[in-house]
Amino acid sequence: MTQELRRREDRKTGQVREAIRNELAADARADGALAQEEAAEARPVIEMQGVTLSFDQPILEDVSLVAREGETIVIVGESGTGKSTALKLILRLLVPERGRVLIDGEDITHLSFEEALKVRQKMGMVFQGAALFDSLTVFENVAYPLREHTDMSEDEIEKRVREKLQFVDLEPDEVVDKLPSELSGGMRKRVGIARGMANDPEIMLYDEPTSGLDPLTTGTITRLIMKLQRELGVTSIVVSHDIRSVFRMATRVALLHERHIVFSGTPEEMAAAEDSYIRDFLGGL
Amino acid sequence: MSELILRLNAQAKSSILSIQEYFTLAWNSLRFIFARPFYFQDVIQQMDEIGVKSLGIVLLTGLFTGMVLALQSSVQLQTFGATMYIGRLVAGSMIRELGPVLAGLMVAGRVGSGIAAQLGSMKVTEQIDALNTLGTDPIKKLATPRVLAALIMMPVLTIINDLVGIIGGNIIARFMVGLPTSLYWRTVWEQIMSGGFTMAVVPNDFVQGLTKPLVFGAIISITACYFGLRTTGGTEGVGQSTTKTVVTSSILILVVDYFLTQLLLSILQAP
Repeated sequence: MTQELRRREDRKTGQVREAIRNELAADARADGALAQEEAAEARPVIEMQGVTLSFDQPILEDVSLVAREGETIVIVGESGTGKSTALKLILRLLVPERGRVLIDGEDITHLSFEEALKVRQKMGMVFQGAALFDSLTVFENVAYPLREHTDMSEDEIEKRVREKLQFVDLEPDEVVDKLPSELSGGMRKRVGIARGMANDPEIMLYDEPTSGLDPLTTGTITRLIMKLQRELGVTSIVVSHDIRSVFRMATRVALLHERHIVFSGTPEEMAAAEDSYIRDFLGGL
Repeated sequence: MSELILRLNAQAKSSILSIQEYFTLAWNSLRFIFARPFYFQDVIQQMDEIGVKSLGIVLLTGLFTGMVLALQSSVQLQTFGATMYIGRLVAGSMIRELGPVLAGLMVAGRVGSGIAAQLGSMKVTEQIDALNTLGTDPIKKLATPRVLAALIMMPVLTIINDLVGIIGGNIIARFMVGLPTSLYWRTVWEQIMSGGFTMAVVPNDFVQGLTKPLVFGAIISITACYFGLRTTGGTEGVGQSTTKTVVTSSILILVVDYFLTQLLLSILQAP
């Protein structure tokens, strides 16, 4: 009797998973198909070639990944598998023991610290906790990269800051004078995105952009990332745990498991994959 | 046994690496003083933080140190009937030794811990990484303004500390020992003149008394930036960095003071 109940339960769970998979795949097809076709022809912007890195223990081994112009690649995987480390390697905050990281065809592995700072100006980064400068107002946060790296006048800076805040669906007049501590989690993330894109970078990197947010705000942030790709053609790498968002925004998904990329493909390919680990992973989420 | 050796080896390597990182940070912080971009506004803000806001604590320290020095020395000097030399003793002690060291220890406690806590919080909330990704060198933006501000403000605080200490001594000498103020200040002057001169103009006591705070300012700010920027482990890590900063910079001030005194005494010969 108990076994019969368990069998029914398993069947039901299987059906639910199948339905979710189909829904996600449909979402991904609708949102990503066009971008994939375009991306297939585009030049590579970010390349990781056979990257190996270890601290006390190995973190990444022989990891290769290519992000072409305009693509949004989402790196998924269990906690502690080195997803954020991959972002730090792209930013050259870390240097791989073996392998190369190329940005726009330039090997950044052997750059000096000062040279790496220049390469980073091509990138915008959105941190898990937004990492806004807590002693600066929202305006000063978004204006920071402009004041630091451009000769723009204060009027131009103000115009650009307002433009970016509007892009991330924030009302400039309401937030510019606020400190980060006065904002909600979702607003902080949006200001983080505005700051990341203030310099009009060609690459955007997101570390868990939707973690700790309610479903509605998660949807807003996901739409923003897609809008950035669609309207500005920004190449993005996203580290995320939120599988629904992953399938909506990704042109390709890379799954990190035990130091290796064990799957790299379109969201549909991932949803249709028969591999037991991938199925467990999707089910687990 | 071999495990113990391996562990000692790892410990030794880690210590050497830490020392290397400390001096690299020190070198870069000082080097960037002369490199663009200049963060003038940050330097001014830090001068206010390190200097102006430390005034209260330095004034109190100086005043009571001078007073207690005068009190203690009056008891000793009375035995020899030499209470007129109180000013000389207070001035010598304050300018050469107690002024710089006590101001250094006070600033290490107030400012060093503040810098370490601020930078530590920025580190654990990824603000330092954010600076890096925005193409800013965190050492240039955060450490250099603090080091420069400390190098400027520590001598200023020490001068104020010395002056207030000597005035404190004057109060005790006048009202508890009955020494005329003019006599007190004359002996203070004699003390300053008796130590000899550097380049025939600057009293050696001043050279000694102003070289030390310069070095102590560097020690406090670099140590605080070092521990702050290396903070790991959330709020607990911030607390640990703060404690390490105060303990390490206080010890360094006392140790370096001894060697610096010996060096300066050998260089600055009295006539």
